[in-house]
Amino acid sequence: MRVLIRHQRREVEVAGRRRVREVLQELGINPESVLVIRGSQLLTHDAQVGDDETIELRPVVSGGHA
Amino acid sequence: MRCRKCHGTATVEIRRHHTAFCSEHFLEFFERQVARAIEEERMLTHRDRVLVAVSGGKDSLALWDVLRRLGYDATGMYINLGIGEYSRESQRKTVAYAEAHGAELLIVDIPGQYGMSVEEFARATGRVSCSACGLSKRYLFNRVALEHGFGVVATGHNLDDEAAVLLGNLLHWQTEYLARQAPVLRSAHPHQVTKVKPFYRIAERETAAYAIVRGIDYIVDECPNSVGARSLLYKEALNLLEQAAPGTKQSLYWGFLERGRPLVRAQDGATLRDCVHCGQPTTGEVCAFCRMTERAAERMRVRRMRTPASPPVSPEPAPGVPAAAGAAPPDR
Ligand code: SF4
Ligand SMILES: [Zn+2]
Ligand SMILES: [Zn+2]
Repeated sequence: MRVLIRHQRREVEVAGRRRVREVLQELGINPESVLVIRGSQLLTHDAQVGDDETIELRPVVSGGHA
Repeated sequence: MRCRKCHGTATVEIRRHHTAFCSEHFLEFFERQVARAIEEERMLTHRDRVLVAVSGGKDSLALWDVLRRLGYDATGMYINLGIGEYSRESQRKTVAYAEAHGAELLIVDIPGQYGMSVEEFARATGRVSCSACGLSKRYLFNRVALEHGFGVVATGHNLDDEAAVLLGNLLHWQTEYLARQAPVLRSAHPHQVTKVKPFYRIAERETAAYAIVRGIDYIVDECPNSVGARSLLYKEALNLLEQAAPGTKQSLYWGFLERGRPLVRAQDGATLRDCVHCGQPTTGEVCAFCRMTERAAERMRVRRMRTPASPPVSPEPAPGVPAAAGAAPPDR
């Protein structure tokens, strides 16, 4: 599957049909820090993503403002 | 995972509450959390006119949206900070939201009105950008709110923001700051508006989820000056803890409000009086914002005298940008 990592402005391939949780683990991303979107739908961590699908990892951590 | 209410497919899991919702019931949950924060802390009534500080990011657009959905009379206020593409893009998103929803928006244009960006304020006065920026925002929100008859300013600070600030204050035992950290800061002077944070019970992940479920197009890219900020490091640390033990952020911040804050007493603040230049509340004679802008303008004059070839910077608002009438530069 294709994974668009929005805040790092990069795309990676993750092999096979996987659960969201496993994808995040493989990429070393803390699930607390992102939302996972397929199309316009949010996915929970137990959702399955097919090999031919694309998901977006959207960062939720913002700020640094004074 | 299934929705707790309807058993349909869940889209948002809320681990700190051991629950999950479908999009429809997540919106319901979210609105209830906000309504509860507003009522419990007596932030707003339906008779108040509230000015929402909108940056174009997820939190502030979500706040503006949910306040309007809850029936509050909420006007947005956007400040153009003059930070390159970040400011242009965030202004576009804010204006697009206002137009699509028929929401009222005030825009204050700092470069248009003061002849320079917040970064230039910072450079001219030896501050870091975020300090000049934070000072400008606090000042302008208060001033514009007052001049347009708003009694309350609402900001999109969420549970993660507040927990990160708290962690920073604890790590350095900033007891004065600890005493002043609260979801509501009531006006302490006739020229000071009350400030409220209706998202203090809501995690950052949830405000982002709300924005996405509601189809709000917000700016995802961050201000370039936020790179390497301490508060982002604190958020990362808290998220590590949260991942291992859901509810950590909530127990840190809510616990502080309930049990920690009563233990740190604020020293009696110096009495506030009117700035002799602009009339805004200050502890000194001239407020920090007037001192900063006057020093920066002076620097610019000196620089221009040295390099007569450079084109003059217009102090007039940029064409096409409706400036809020209240934010005129202070009289000199
Ligand atoms: S990161 Fe700093 S300069 Fe950028 S908007 Fe936030 S406070 Fe202002
Ligand atoms: Zn449901
Ligand atoms: Zn002043």
